[in-house]
Amino acid sequence: MSAGVGVDLENLWIRFGDFVAVRDANVNINGGDFFSFLGPSGCGKTTILRAVSGFLDPSEGKVLIGGKDMRGIGPNKRPTALIFQNLALFPLMKVWENITFSLEISGASAKERRKRADELLDMIALPDQGDKLPSELSGGQRQRVAIARALCAEPDVLLLDEPLSALDLKLRQHMRTELREIQKRVGITFIYITHDQGEALTMSDSIAVMRAGVIDQIADGKTIYNDPNTAFAASFVGENNVFRGKVKQIMGNEALISTNRSGELVARISSANQGKLKAGDDAMMFIRPEAFAIAADGASGDHFVTARVNHEEFEGNVFNIFTEGDGGKEIKVSLPNLGQSFDDHTGQNITLEYETRNAVLVPAGELAAE
Amino acid sequence: MNNSFLRVSIWVYLVIFFLYLLGPLVIMSVTAFNSSAFPRMTPWECLTFQWFGELFQDQRILNGIKNSLIIGAGTVVLSVAMGLAGALMLTQIWPKLRATYYTIIIAPILIPGVVLGISTLVFWDRINRMLGLGADSFLSNGIFLTVIGQSTFIASYCMLVLVARLQRYDVALTEAALDLGATHAQAFRKILLPFMRPAIASAAVLAFLASFENYNTTTFTFGEYPTLTIELAQKVRYGITPAISALAFIIVALTVFFALLNEAKLKRQELVAAARKSATVEELAGKIKLPSFFAGNMAAVLLVVFAVATITVVGTATAYNPGQCIANVKEQKRLEADQRIQELRKQREEQRKKREAEEAEQGGAQQSTPKPSNNSGFGNVFAPNTLGGDAEEESSDTETPPSNNGGFGGVFDPNSLQTDQ
Repeated sequence: MSAGVGVDLENLWIRFGDFVAVRDANVNINGGDFFSFLGPSGCGKTTILRAVSGFLDPSEGKVLIGGKDMRGIGPNKRPTALIFQNLALFPLMKVWENITFSLEISGASAKERRKRADELLDMIALPDQGDKLPSELSGGQRQRVAIARALCAEPDVLLLDEPLSALDLKLRQHMRTELREIQKRVGITFIYITHDQGEALTMSDSIAVMRAGVIDQIADGKTIYNDPNTAFAASFVGENNVFRGKVKQIMGNEALISTNRSGELVARISSANQGKLKAGDDAMMFIRPEAFAIAADGASGDHFVTARVNHEEFEGNVFNIFTEGDGGKEIKVSLPNLGQSFDDHTGQNITLEYETRNAVLVPAGELAAE
Repeated sequence: MNNSFLRVSIWVYLVIFFLYLLGPLVIMSVTAFNSSAFPRMTPWECLTFQWFGELFQDQRILNGIKNSLIIGAGTVVLSVAMGLAGALMLTQIWPKLRATYYTIIIAPILIPGVVLGISTLVFWDRINRMLGLGADSFLSNGIFLTVIGQSTFIASYCMLVLVARLQRYDVALTEAALDLGATHAQAFRKILLPFMRPAIASAAVLAFLASFENYNTTTFTFGEYPTLTIELAQKVRYGITPAISALAFIIVALTVFFALLNEAKLKRQELVAAARKSATVEELAGKIKLPSFFAGNMAAVLLVVFAVATITVVGTATAYNPGQCIANVKEQKRLEADQRIQELRKQREEQRKKREAEEAEQGGAQQSTPKPSNNSGFGNVFAPNTLGGDAEEESSDTETPPSNNGGFGGVFDPNSLQTDQ
């Protein structure tokens, strides 16, 4: 695996008229990494991708590929290849012509192109399909042809714009592993755009979480999931229960919060906010559904929450309990199915328990839309 | 009962509808093969191909066809190019301006061709003078003016056809090509143009047909290069011969031929696509061959039938000599005419005898009666002589002019043709 070519965004601003699509983005992507931009639709992640591929000029700031400023260099001169959301396979060309389009442009002979196409078709496990038209392939096969076409150009950086969004669930999960494998095999930098946190978490070395043109956090998947910087990152990546309140007291890396509805609770301050949060600040505490456990009745303290069970559902691998907190707020609890029996709690009050390290405190902020 | 009545009336309607549509064409085509000097189906005289021969000897018609073809080709090139540029512009332009731009570019279709013709003439004449060029300069050349004038509105037709296709184009395809290293020119040539090819072909056909049949714009701009429509219009002024029918027949035949050819091709593509869907690559390599061209392809069968029929007709035409038949008809006509003259003479004789008898009775009192049979008040219209006179004129160039009561000033009378030539 070669070191690959890195991509850096320096103070990148992109505006469309008065609208700011990307606000002061600073990202360092290491060569050979699988890097994802994760965010809801309209957050500016595709705009960043277009700026990297050269279809869009940044309003301010720089895009550097391999340390070289890309300003004024068109998409056809950049060492990048883009896989479009709708794949954009050329409908009138056969599969092998599609794959080797970049070679046709560089003036390779038909024989050479055919040879290279066969190699790539073998790689994407579609041997002998070169003479078909793209319309004769299935969705997953088209997907792989698009990857082969991009790889045929031998780019230093491969850009993928939600390429799996059009596929059904099973295929999507299969393609995740396949993409990751291809990336490891060719060893070039992948920049992946998605709104699906599952895709981002399973495939990426690093993830940038974006909200309305702003990058909230750049870290590996585990860190983003366990130690979010902002309320948005905490609520967008995975499921989370939010408790709003005010910081009452700071105790080193932990804090006591007087929540609006569940009394005083203790939480761990997320790493990025340690030393920044002060007593009296508005704050939000996040606890994952799977971090709760049912405690003995009557237990109370700063890591117990009492709630009345609204309804329950059995999902297979987990048993979900939806409760109403004291003030009417819904809390979701997921208990792993380990073969134990689940009592029906509907209508009853239960006490939930959590460990302090599983409760993350961030400054109050915007939440991701449900 | 009710249902069958409905079905019958639908068929009746269809028959009437197609008669209305195709009847004139069929009749015109048939008249091309009748030896009668005036294009008509009845009375049928002789099967002849002489009008085709005459058509190809008519220098003005041939010249008109040549000019029409040149102008058609020029219009196709200019209109399709302008239409494509206009269509591309429509997709590129700032969205707020799009509706306005569309209206402006479509407007020429709504403007009467006469106005376009006059304005083309006036505009280029001004330009010509401004540049200080003479009347024989390129800018006042009939072909140039006609191509420019026709293209002003035909380009709009082309644009409509091209826009329809362009709307289905995914801009991401161009971007993908650019991303893979193509220049803008390469992306246009290798991706967009192949995609637009079917629409460009339709637009070209449309432009050619529109140019070929145009009269009202061309009539102002043709200068020294009259097109076929102009020539035809001028010919009609002096009366027409079945040579025009022959030309119409050729045009109809060509149209049917190309329509069938196109249909057969489309059908074949469909069949091939259907076959590809169900067959693997190896199977395909040997499977689709020409013999199966006809399988399930009605249009192809018709096409072959049509081609065979054409060859037969042309073959017959070269071998067939209607001279004998025409001579027979002439002979027959002469006999009829003779007979009529005889009858006429007899009648006159009788009248004369009658008159003499009357005169004898009255004792020469009314000797100076000028035209005895003219006292009916209808100007002799109903007299049997008048009827006979018509046939007489046809066979032998008679001294009296045609009766001229047709209201067309003798335009359609075969005699006026003969006197003109």
